[in-house]
Parts: sequence; C-alpha cells; structure tokens
Amino acid sequence: MSINAKWTGCAALATLVLGMGVGAVHADEIRVLNWKGYGTDSDWAVAEFKEKTGHTVVHDYFNSEQEMLTKLRTNPGAYDVVLINSAFTGQALEEGLISPIDTSDISNFADLAPNLGGNPELNVGGKVNGVAWVWGLTSFGVNKDEVSPLPTSIQVLWDDQYTGKVGWRDDALESVQFAALATGQNINDVKDLDAVKSKLETLLPQIKTFWSSENDWNQFFAAGDFLMAPYWSGSAGRSIAKGLPVAFVVPEEGAIGWLDGLSIPATSENREAAREFINYMIDPQFYVKWAESGAPASANAKAAAALPADDFNRATLGDPAVVARVQFMQPVSDETRKTYLELWQELKANAQ
Amino acid sequence: MSSTLARRDGLRAATMISPAYIWLTVAVFLPLAAMLFFSFLSEAPFGDREWFVTAANYMEFFEKGFYLKLLVRSLTLGLVVTGFCILIGFPCAFVLAKTIKGRWREALFLLVILPFWSNSLVRIFSWAIVLRGNGVIDSVLDLILPFEVSVNLMFSYPAIVIGLVHSYLPYVILTSYLALQAIDDNLIDAARSMGAPRRMILWRIIIPLALPGLIAGAVLIFVPVVGSFMEPRILGGRSGTFFGTVIEDQFVAVFNWPLGAALSFILLGVVLLILAVSSPVLRRAQ
Repeated sequence: MSINAKWTGCAALATLVLGMGVGAVHADEIRVLNWKGYGTDSDWAVAEFKEKTGHTVVHDYFNSEQEMLTKLRTNPGAYDVVLINSAFTGQALEEGLISPIDTSDISNFADLAPNLGGNPELNVGGKVNGVAWVWGLTSFGVNKDEVSPLPTSIQVLWDDQYTGKVGWRDDALESVQFAALATGQNINDVKDLDAVKSKLETLLPQIKTFWSSENDWNQFFAAGDFLMAPYWSGSAGRSIAKGLPVAFVVPEEGAIGWLDGLSIPATSENREAAREFINYMIDPQFYVKWAESGAPASANAKAAAALPADDFNRATLGDPAVVARVQFMQPVSDETRKTYLELWQELKANAQ
Repeated sequence: MSSTLARRDGLRAATMISPAYIWLTVAVFLPLAAMLFFSFLSEAPFGDREWFVTAANYMEFFEKGFYLKLLVRSLTLGLVVTGFCILIGFPCAFVLAKTIKGRWREALFLLVILPFWSNSLVRIFSWAIVLRGNGVIDSVLDLILPFEVSVNLMFSYPAIVIGLVHSYLPYVILTSYLALQAIDDNLIDAARSMGAPRRMILWRIIIPLALPGLIAGAVLIFVPVVGSFMEPRILGGRSGTFFGTVIEDQFVAVFNWPLGAALSFILLGVVLLILAVSSPVLRRAQ
C-alpha cells in the first residue's frame, strides 16, 4: 500500500467519524413521561418518528397525576415531553415544572379545534403551556350482553339489581364527581358535600373491586367480575375494538370531560426535538393510524374529520347533544383534594 | 504500657466494628431519620413549596377515627396470617426435621424455598388467577364434583389471607426447622421410654425447645404483614383497605409525604410497643 493510499484511507475515516459526529448533534434522545400504552409509546410511532427526524424516544411512565408531578419535581432534566391533564397544567406551571412552548415551528398547531387548543387551563397567562392533544369523557361502560335495555341514567350504578356487580376506580376526586353528577350538582363546585357523602356510602356495597388500569378493567370485565364500571371513553373504544361487549354510556345527568395536553418541562435540554415530537403527535396522519387501535378523540379538527364515519369517537363524542351534557374538569385545589381524599378514605374504612 | 496496649486494642476494635456501624447508619438510620423529619413537616420539602415544622400530621391520626379503625384491622390481619403460618408451617418443619431423612429432605427443603426465588408480585398475581370465579379452583372442583359449584374467593378477606400466608410461610418453616433440628432425638426417645404420650412430648419437650425459632418466625411475619399494601390491593378488591394501603395512598396518590411518614411512624411505634410488651412473656417462654 502506497503512502498516498494510506492518507486517503485516513481522510475517508476522518470524514466518516466527523460525519457521524455531526449526525449525533441532530439526533437527540428525547424522554417522554406518559401513561403506559397511551399513544406516544406505540412501537410503530416511535419507529416512524425516528425515521422522520432521527430522534430516538425513550419512555417513562406514571400511574397517577400525582406520581407524574412527583417525578417532575424529583428528577429535574430527566424529561423532555410530559403528558399533563389540563386540570393539572396550571399547577405544574405554578410550581415551575413546565415552561411555555414556542408554537411557531409546530406546523399542526393551527389545526387544533379552537375550544380545545384555546382551553383556558392550557393557556394561562396568554401563553401555550400545553398543546391540546386528545380529549375524552369519563363516564361508565356496561356489559351490553348482560344489561339490557342499556341504561340512560347514572343511577343504574346504585341499582339493587347490580349489587356486587359494579367496578370502581379507587380515586377520591372521581368518586366525588360521580356522586355530584348523580345528585345533580356541578362537578367543579360541589355545594352539598353531605349529599355526595351519603350517595357514596350507598355506593360502596355495590362495588365488587377497584380497577387501576385499562388492562385491569378489561380483565375484570372479561372475567365477569363486574358488569359496569366508570371508564374512559378512549379506553372504551379500545376495549370495543378488542371485541369486548362494552357499551359506553353518557348518561342524561352528564359526564366528566377531560383534556390531555403535551407540555415541555422547564428543565428540558432538548426543546427543539420535543416540539418536533409534539408536532408529530398532533399530526392527522399519526392520529388516524393510532385511532385504528382505539384512541381518545383528537384535539386536531383535521385529524377528527379524517376518521371513518362509524368510528367510536365520531359516533359517541361527535354528537353535539352529548357534548352539551359534558362538564369539563377544572383545576382542583390541594385543600379540596385533601377533603375529598379524607371523605373517601373514611367511607372505605367504615365499609369494611 | 498497658494503657497504650488498651488504646491500640480499642483502635483495632473500632476499625473492625466501624463497617457494620457505617452500614447501619447509611442503610437504616439515615433513611429513617429523613422520614422522621418529613413526618413533622407541613409540606413535602420539594420545589418551591413553603413548609414549617408541625405535629399536625400526628394529630390527624387521633382526630380521624378511621385511621385507628384501619390500624386495628391491619393488626388483626397480622395476627390471623401469623397464626395460619404457624399452624401450617410448624408441622411442615417438624416432618422435615424429624421424619424425613437424606436426599428427600433436601428436595423438599428446596420446594419450600422455591417460591422465594420468584417475585412476590408474580406470586400474588398467580393467586389472582387461581382464586377468581372460573379460575383454577373453580374449574377443578367443577370437574370432580357432580353438581355445579361456584368458588369465587377473589376480592375478599380470605383471598388476602391466602395470598399473605403463602408469601410468608417459608419464614416460619425455615426458623422452626433450624430450632427443631437442634433438638436431641435422645430426649424424645427418653420421654417415650418413660411412657410419655405423644401429646405430652409435643407440649413439654418439642414446643418449648423449638419456641425461639417459632417466635423468630412469627415476628418476621407479623411485622411486614401489618404494613402490607400490595397483597390487599390486588387480592382484596373493596375489602382491601388497610393501614398500609392508606399510607401508600398518601405517598403515591396525593403526594402527602408528611402524613404518610407520620402514619408510618405511628405503625412502627405500635409494632415496637407490641413487641416490647410481649417480650417478657416471650423471654420467659424461652
């Protein structure tokens, strides 16, 4: 081998190394904090996003909003994108856990439905602190093979006929809100807490068990442990897609509405890649593919319009009469939360 | 001269003991002290939260009647589970130590420890499969019995007890086995040759001599069962609310670490009190 050839070889190698170095600057690793199995961690989505942008996506999970806040508080710099329910976005901002997002390079942002993208909880201080991603309802699912005719009232959960056949989520806030709906009250401003308490007291004997995840719900439902239980509309869509005989009921008393946004933690060091990921997440193309396996309703109007006409989200959440009955969740103060938790724990303890 | 020697000895002793004490400090004392500190705060001291020192978390336990109710419930569960573990574990250990010899003993011993090698969560979930309606027990009974039966133990108090007994049984078997093995067979032979009936041998010789092992096993089981939360949550359903699950709620569900820590220390205090009160009785028994 001549000296020249050696030099050429070295130069080629150097170019290669340099090239890899440059590539590494653009290909970031972004860390996403979300519920497990909630869209962002679909294998195909992570692969497609890497293909499009070169960024790899790593996930960490939480099992409750409080756990999510705890993880943000105790691990600064560990996350780049975090899913926050709109009722918690204000609190996260106030604690300095997240910071406003520059939406100028999020091309899909303009397509968000105005009442969702402009949700006051996500836009405190006139800045976008969370990009509206998906929304849905917390109501209840019923086994349509065993319960007929389908109930139209929330009082069915208190029906003697179904004692020991009701599932529940062990969550104080949700329990109080269900009882508020059943006693004709505003879920965000419960005036008669005694009525709620006595309503929940009569509910406890109805309950067979508590579920804590979608997987739990499906298993308990399939095993016949309960015939009806509070459920999330997005999860109900997925359970129906799996072939479970679930009917999602939005009772005449109303239902609890929620909106999930994607935020960027204040301590994130990959904000640009994080915005690219958020843009990909609200893209109609991603949503339509996700919707095939059951997804909550998209906040992107174009994405919602791209769904087939018989889709669960279009059929159930698309009805204006249903939307009119929905009470959207507002932020809940720590004090109220504590009151509700004490009320719920006391009821559970006394029911043993 | 002698004083320097003594000093050197003291130094050597300190060097040899220090690893153990450093370990104790780092692994036991520091985390506990941090939790004790938390239990006297008004807020968990993370982020920009304002906090001050208060005893309100401890007062809460006395103000709200249901905490005491749940504590009693947890202590009862501890007693019930420990009782079943002894009832099942002691005879097992006796057979293992005194009746079975050689290879078989090793094989059976392995079977006793085997569950320990799997994750406890996995064990509890497998119990969930066995206990539920249309589960393993249900199907097997349906096959054997000519009439239709429906056994659905899932989401009930018995389910919690079954899961916990299975989880903690090996402790009592292991500790009793060691104690039983140390009993000289000649003692039993001597008693028998003098005409002692079996029951008398059991109550007058075997149990008193094996008591230290039995008590060690009981304490090892009682303490974690009183604070258990994972098993009641998964197997208990609606009846799965215990003192441990309430503490877990404070840490995980509402981020009220101070109240969670205070409740934990109340539990620790009550358990230590129980052990202290019963220790003279236990010592006399030994």
